[in-house]
Order: sequence, then C-alpha cells, then structure tokens
Amino acid sequence: MAINWFKYASPASFYPLAGRIAPWFGVAAALLFVVGLYLSFFVAPTDYKQGEGYRIMFIHVPAAWMSMFIYVVMAGWAAAGMIWNTRLSSMMASALAPTGAMFTFVALWTGAFWGKPMWGAWWVWDARLTSELILLFLYIGFMALEAAIDDPRRAARACGLLALVGVINVPIIYYSVKWWNTLHQGASIKMSSESSMTSVMLITLLVMAFACWFYTIAVALSRVRRIILEREQRSDWVAELVGGKQ
Amino acid sequence: MFAALRCIIVRDLTLALRHRADVLTTLFFFVIVVSLFPLGVGPEAALLKAMAAGVLWVAALLASMLSLARLFADDFADGTLEQILLTPQPLPVLVLGKVIAHWLVSGVPLVLMAPLLGLQYGLEGDALLMLVVSLLLGTPVLSLIGAIGAALTLGLRGGGVLISLLVLPLYIPVLIFGAGAVDATVSGLGAEGQLSLLAAMLVAAAILAPWAAAAALRISME
Repeated sequence: MAINWFKYASPASFYPLAGRIAPWFGVAAALLFVVGLYLSFFVAPTDYKQGEGYRIMFIHVPAAWMSMFIYVVMAGWAAAGMIWNTRLSSMMASALAPTGAMFTFVALWTGAFWGKPMWGAWWVWDARLTSELILLFLYIGFMALEAAIDDPRRAARACGLLALVGVINVPIIYYSVKWWNTLHQGASIKMSSESSMTSVMLITLLVMAFACWFYTIAVALSRVRRIILEREQRSDWVAELVGGKQ
Repeated sequence: MFAALRCIIVRDLTLALRHRADVLTTLFFFVIVVSLFPLGVGPEAALLKAMAAGVLWVAALLASMLSLARLFADDFADGTLEQILLTPQPLPVLVLGKVIAHWLVSGVPLVLMAPLLGLQYGLEGDALLMLVVSLLLGTPVLSLIGAIGAALTLGLRGGGVLISLLVLPLYIPVLIFGAGAVDATVSGLGAEGQLSLLAAMLVAAAILAPWAAAAALRISME
C-alpha cells in the first residue's frame, strides 16, 4: 500500500498524529536520560587528564551538537515552507526555535562550568565560543522577529528568510576549531578515524545525544500542536475539536 | 537594467542631498561614539592605540545600523516602494541601487572621517591606510547585509530595535576581519589574509544580499 506522505503536510491531519507520537518520544527520552545519566556518573571511567570534571561533557557536547543541528533542521523546514508554501513547515520551524535556543544556552553555560576548572576562566573569546554566542543571538533574533509580526503568514515567511540567511553561521561554528588555533579542544569523535576516547565514554555520549534528540522531537511536536491550534483557530476542524471538548 | 540602477542611485542621492541633516547625524554619531571611549577608559596612549581598530569599527557598525531604518522606510511611507515593486525591472537590481546609494551617503563619509579619528587614537602611517582600506571594503558589506534586515522589519512596531537584533550578529564576521586587518598592521604583521576575506565577503554579499533583501521586501509588502 502506498503511503500518502503529503497527507500529513496538512495541519489538520498532522495534529492528531503529533499528539499520538509525541508521548512515545517523551518516554524514550526520559528512559535514555536515566540510562545516560547513570552511565555518565557511575560507569564512565575517570579521565586521565581532566579528572572527574570532564563528566560535564556528557551534557555539554550533546547540547552543542543539538544547538547546531536544530538550527540546520529549522532552516530546512523554513526553506521547505518557502519553496512549497506549506503552512506546517514554517510551524515546525518556529516550534524548534525555542528548544534550539535552550540547547545553545545550555552548551554555553555548561561550557563555562567546564572552562573554569580546566582553563581557569569562565569565558574566553575564542572562535568556537564566540560563534556559539552568535548562534544564540540568531535564535533570539528569529524569535523576536516572529513575535514582532502580527500576521502569521508574513511572520512565517520573514522568519524563514532570516533562518536561511543565518544558516551561513553554522558551518563557521563547526569548522571554527579547525580553522583557528584556539583554546577550545578539537573534535574527539570523527567519522573518518577511530574515536580518541574509550568506548564506554563514547556510548554514554551517544546515549545522551539520542536522549536530547528524542527530547527535542517530543517537545517540538507538542509545541507545534499548540502553534497549529493557534494559527488555525478560525478553521472548522479546530472549532469542532475545541467545541467537542467543552 | 543599468539605466534603472543608475536612476535609483541618482534619485536616492538627490533625496539624501535634500535632507542633508540626516546624513550629518549619522556621521556625528560616529564621531561622538568614537570620542566617548577615551573619556570612558582613560586617555593612556598605549591603551588607546591598542583599542583604536576595534573602537572605530564598532562605531562604524553602529552608525551604519542607525541609518538602515531610513533605507526603505520613507519610500514605504509615501507609497513609492509599492510602485518600485510593480516596475518590470528586476527587483534585486533596484535594491542594489538603493544599497549603493545608502553606502555612498552613510558609508563613504565614515571612511573619509576615520583617518582623522584614527589620529586621535595614535594610529599612524600604514595603520591609518589599512583602516581606510578595511572600512572601504567592509562598509558596503554592512549596507548589503543591513538591507536584508531593513526589508524584513519594514513597518513593524519597534522595528528600530529589532533591526539591531537581526543585523548585528550577521555583522560580526565583518567586524572581526576588519578590525583584525588594522590590528595586524599595527603589530607589524601583514593583513593580506584579512583583506582577502573582507573582499570575499563583499563579493558574496553583493551577489546574495540583493536577492534576499528583494525577497524580504516582497514578504513585507504583501
């Protein structure tokens, strides 16, 4: 049987689907967080160089990954929304923005906590930290622009354009450790070669990264449900849905 | 197409000449911001020389941003912008014309003024020249990127503050390499790398920004 993928491009049919799958991602995220936190506090070995303090990596690195990935995904949804003019795409983009901003903030904040004992400073103006800070500004700009425009269609399209312009920054962050010789350490996990950390650490890191992914999906789906209801409030199916509950 | 481009530039320049106060306000804003720093951090010559590039560049950024709100706002208010959108000429070209006019009015005076302010900060010779060259390459990029922000925030409440939030993060690479070029010259290193990157940004922005700004204008005017 051929699945009609475009069926779920309509907010009306996506709304119940998102409602059904969001809790599952939420549960999966919670389980993975429990496992990941257990692994990172009790199983992963002490680092030979950084001692126990390195354990903050298990939240810092996934948060930093997510902060960049989410921006790219958001820009992808924004592009889809501008190309095919689908309402749902831009709603997904705006549902992702607050979570992305949160992860950027978490990456910066945990980075400060990690930097203080290791580098002796809360903050260094190095290329990666600075570009991550710019990423936070970009998220804030995106949300501020959305909040400033009353007409939701114009807001969606203007924010989409802004997201596409800002996406230029993401590769700069990603390669900043390579292009500039700075204090921030380079990547320990590479696609092309063997990882430089023990497999327990790597597995823990991946579990935490998946936990963050599932958390993001769960949050974005439940946020997009609110956005759908808000933007489609004048449509019949929302009236029926809300009326039916009363 | 080039006739349309020239027509827009000449028109905007004429309008700017008729409102000379607007141009001068931006310029004096630049001068005043730069002059505040020695009062704020103390007038030690070594400190000022070390700060000069950064201070002049940040002030140029702010001054350029301040004048952005005017880029489309007047035409939007009196309906000219709608007519511009309706012309058969390609909109990115017309936007480019407006950006060039904006740069000639707001960027070039800053570039001309900068060496004088650089002298106040103890820059000399090569460093002053580098300041002018880096600003000459960098300020058009500021106008080009700024046009996108100005088009996106057209007619919004609180547009002036919002534009700074949208545009300043995108200005940061220009700031880093612009000020970096001057700093490299002050410390006796070559600045070719930074200048090449600034030139590359200028080319990329000149190609991409007019399209993005034109798209943003169409979104704002719907």
